[in-house]
Amino acid sequence: MAKETMTDFPLAAAFDEAAPRLPGSDVAWLDALRAQGISTFRAHGLPSRKVEAWRYTNLNALARAGFAAAEVDVKLAALPDGAALALDDACSIVLVNGRLRPDLSDLDRLPDGVSAEGLGDLLRRAPSRAESLIAPAPNASAGALAALNDAFLEDGLILQIEAGAKVDVPIHLVAVGVPVPGKAIAFHPRNLIVAAAGSHATFVESHIGAAQGSYFSNGLTDVRIGRGAMLTHAKFQDESAAAFHVALVRASIGEDASYDSFVLHRGAELARHEVHAAIDGSGAECRLNGAYLGTGQQHIDNTTVIEHRAPGSRSSEVFKGVLADRAHGVFQGRIVVHRDAQQTDGNQLNKTLLLSRNAEMDTKPELEIYADDVKCSHGATVGELSEMELFYLRARGIDEATARDILVSAFLSEAVSELRDETLASIFAERITGWVDARHADDAEKAA
Amino acid sequence: MVATPETIEQLRSVTDEKYKYGFVTDIEADVAPKGLNEDIVRFISAKKSEPDWLLEWRLKAYRAWLDMDSPDWAKLKIDPIDYQDAYYYSAPKIKDGPKSLDEVDPKLLETYDKLGIPLKEQEWLAGVAVDAVFDSVSVATTYKERLEQEGIIFCSISEAIQNHPELVRKYLGSVVPYTDNFFATLNSAVFTDGSFVYIPKGVRSPMELSTYFRINAQNTGQFERTLIIADEGSYVSYLEGCTAPQRDENQLHAAVVELVALDDSEIKYSTVKNWYPGDENGVGGIYNFVTKRAACRGRNSKVSWTQVETGSAITWKYPSCILQGDNSVGEFYSVAITNNCQQADTGTKMIHLGRNTRSTIISKGISAGRADNTYRGLVRIQPKAESARNYTQCDSLLIGDRCGAHTVPYIESRNPSATVEHEATTARISEDQLFYCCQRGLSEEEAVSLIVNGFCREVMQHLPMEFAVEAQKLVGISLEGSVG
Repeated sequence: MAKETMTDFPLAAAFDEAAPRLPGSDVAWLDALRAQGISTFRAHGLPSRKVEAWRYTNLNALARAGFAAAEVDVKLAALPDGAALALDDACSIVLVNGRLRPDLSDLDRLPDGVSAEGLGDLLRRAPSRAESLIAPAPNASAGALAALNDAFLEDGLILQIEAGAKVDVPIHLVAVGVPVPGKAIAFHPRNLIVAAAGSHATFVESHIGAAQGSYFSNGLTDVRIGRGAMLTHAKFQDESAAAFHVALVRASIGEDASYDSFVLHRGAELARHEVHAAIDGSGAECRLNGAYLGTGQQHIDNTTVIEHRAPGSRSSEVFKGVLADRAHGVFQGRIVVHRDAQQTDGNQLNKTLLLSRNAEMDTKPELEIYADDVKCSHGATVGELSEMELFYLRARGIDEATARDILVSAFLSEAVSELRDETLASIFAERITGWVDARHADDAEKAA
Repeated sequence: MVATPETIEQLRSVTDEKYKYGFVTDIEADVAPKGLNEDIVRFISAKKSEPDWLLEWRLKAYRAWLDMDSPDWAKLKIDPIDYQDAYYYSAPKIKDGPKSLDEVDPKLLETYDKLGIPLKEQEWLAGVAVDAVFDSVSVATTYKERLEQEGIIFCSISEAIQNHPELVRKYLGSVVPYTDNFFATLNSAVFTDGSFVYIPKGVRSPMELSTYFRINAQNTGQFERTLIIADEGSYVSYLEGCTAPQRDENQLHAAVVELVALDDSEIKYSTVKNWYPGDENGVGGIYNFVTKRAACRGRNSKVSWTQVETGSAITWKYPSCILQGDNSVGEFYSVAITNNCQQADTGTKMIHLGRNTRSTIISKGISAGRADNTYRGLVRIQPKAESARNYTQCDSLLIGDRCGAHTVPYIESRNPSATVEHEATTARISEDQLFYCCQRGLSEEEAVSLIVNGFCREVMQHLPMEFAVEAQKLVGISLEGSVG
């Protein structure tokens, strides 16, 4: 019988050595949080496929890579060109291997109503203020990897939008992974985004690799959206090809608030983007959308849980993906409607195109409903490009490869167009076109 | 192998005890001592004069079971079951039933009336000693002769073990191996009876086979084992259970059903199960933990499961199809109704292995009162299943704000030419629909029954005629007390 967990992950052993160097290591509450984190992780280890939430994502490769804590100071003078999303006028904040780099960031020209600071800095300067910010929501989900993030809590971005502030400049977090030659490193950025009551803001993340090589990014982002606030949260995951990217977003959405989230996966050997959204106020809206592009042996996992805890709220999800070569896609989406969350409206859709014989998609859309006056639905499809549609384009003189490209782009555009911010949507659409074109060129090269 | 002297001694000591469930005590039953151990397995096997290979098989299952844990992944709250506090073999010599309908629980009779069941049948269903009242024996004998002419074997599995050991040995455990899961393994060790059907090559069964018409059909026991084999080019429709609530003392039922469909054959398996669901407060009721699986081994073979589940306190049941043969077809049509404190976790598995295999899943879950109803299904497309197709639709209906409806589908696709589609919706009966019906003079309960029957129509129409009419009435009865 397979083991429930893999407990011999070297990070657990590395903790004792790393702990004294972590910021605020003499602060009682912080020590307690880290100790709790590492003991939870030691007890459970990396989740194996026996754990239902990890049924389709195998972390053996991660365990084998044996990542150590990232302690090396990284020399990085400038960001890799063109890797992050190109957002005009955006205010950039840069994390390098999980550490905030003020020298590369625009901290000095933050828009009005926005405050941004490094968590590490805050832990050193004013740990008591950090405590209330870091404290998780009472029913926040925790798992072994979130516990590991607690244990190695070190740095990240704390972004706060003042009540009523209407911020039209996007805040762009650029997280760069810089592999260290001959050393497998892990980092655990912890971000907090607070959109206070009535505020409007756009937060964008680009996760990119500075060079080829392996690293493990285990991020945790807490998102709090106050009453009537609107937050757009978009993410572009384009880590280096040998990287492991695991990210957990815990969002709590207040009364009449709106959360519009989108993720595009293109990079990493193994990526998991997990969102736990709790709708705590009535009239709130939660939109989780995404697209995934898999080639080679990539493994891309999107896992979402939306909890409707208050009456009269809406949620919608559209995740679409294309898998080529031996790529493996996973979608697990759960909508929970709690006892008194009447008048809930929840929709979920997952569609995947398999472009190759060896690609695989596992999808598990789940509904868990305890209230009767609700309208919930989910749908999932997996299949290949339609012969009819291909024929239609071919009949108009378009060669087969181009016809396929057109259909793949059109298929994905449905997910991208879910993003309400049209500028962002077109930026993501360009990235998708870039991917399709690159594949086209690859195929042509192989054929030649 | 015979029972050891100790076992016989133990047996003697308990046969003098009162019958476990109190009422009507003087039975001259063969009762195995309480509890479960290897001796009990040997005792059951010896009682049925089984061949050595079967005893060995049972013992292997029993030993495997000792190392297994009760599954906990279903969305069910199950009080721990003490497997040592039960009798695993009891063959009462019939006369433990009520002597006439006057002795039967009036509530039960009321239900029979609503279902429109003829008086004679009511007696049969209520367990009134059959030989005195109902000519089912002669009916059954007539049918049996007709089936024998066609070469169809339809008998209890115990008889089949004696008379057709080669068939039983070849197929028993070939679809659900004895190591399959906790409940199936337990069943493999201690099954006492069940049905056996063999349809020879090219034969179309001239009638729907039903346990109803099989002699000794009663008291098949809590560990029922059914094996149906459809040889090349044959067809059979098999009906299990009965729309009327059955008198039944056993709380735990762990049945296993295995179907084997060879080239060009078709098996249609319909179930209407209405075990006692427990009272309004969730006291009592049957635990139904069933493993049902079909192997579509042959080319162009087809298996269709249709189930209407309205009874049982807890249902744990996933009738599945392994689509091995090219062009084979699996279908699953299900209505599961839970009311009061009932819990159901049911669904199907469609495993596509062969080319051009097709499967259809239509599941309708209705939840009322404080009940929980979960659809749990798996569709797996293996790499060699070229052009496989699956269509799944699961709809849930909620009646009342204290119940739950859940959908947990797993979809695993490893072949790009396969098409997999899944849709699910959850809603409640709208005020408009109710108002419309009530305005036309229907009572609220009648209206709910009408609307729910409409909701289930896609499944109900796959039931054989005999069942369909009664099943529709059953929907209304199961939901009684859920409105107003």
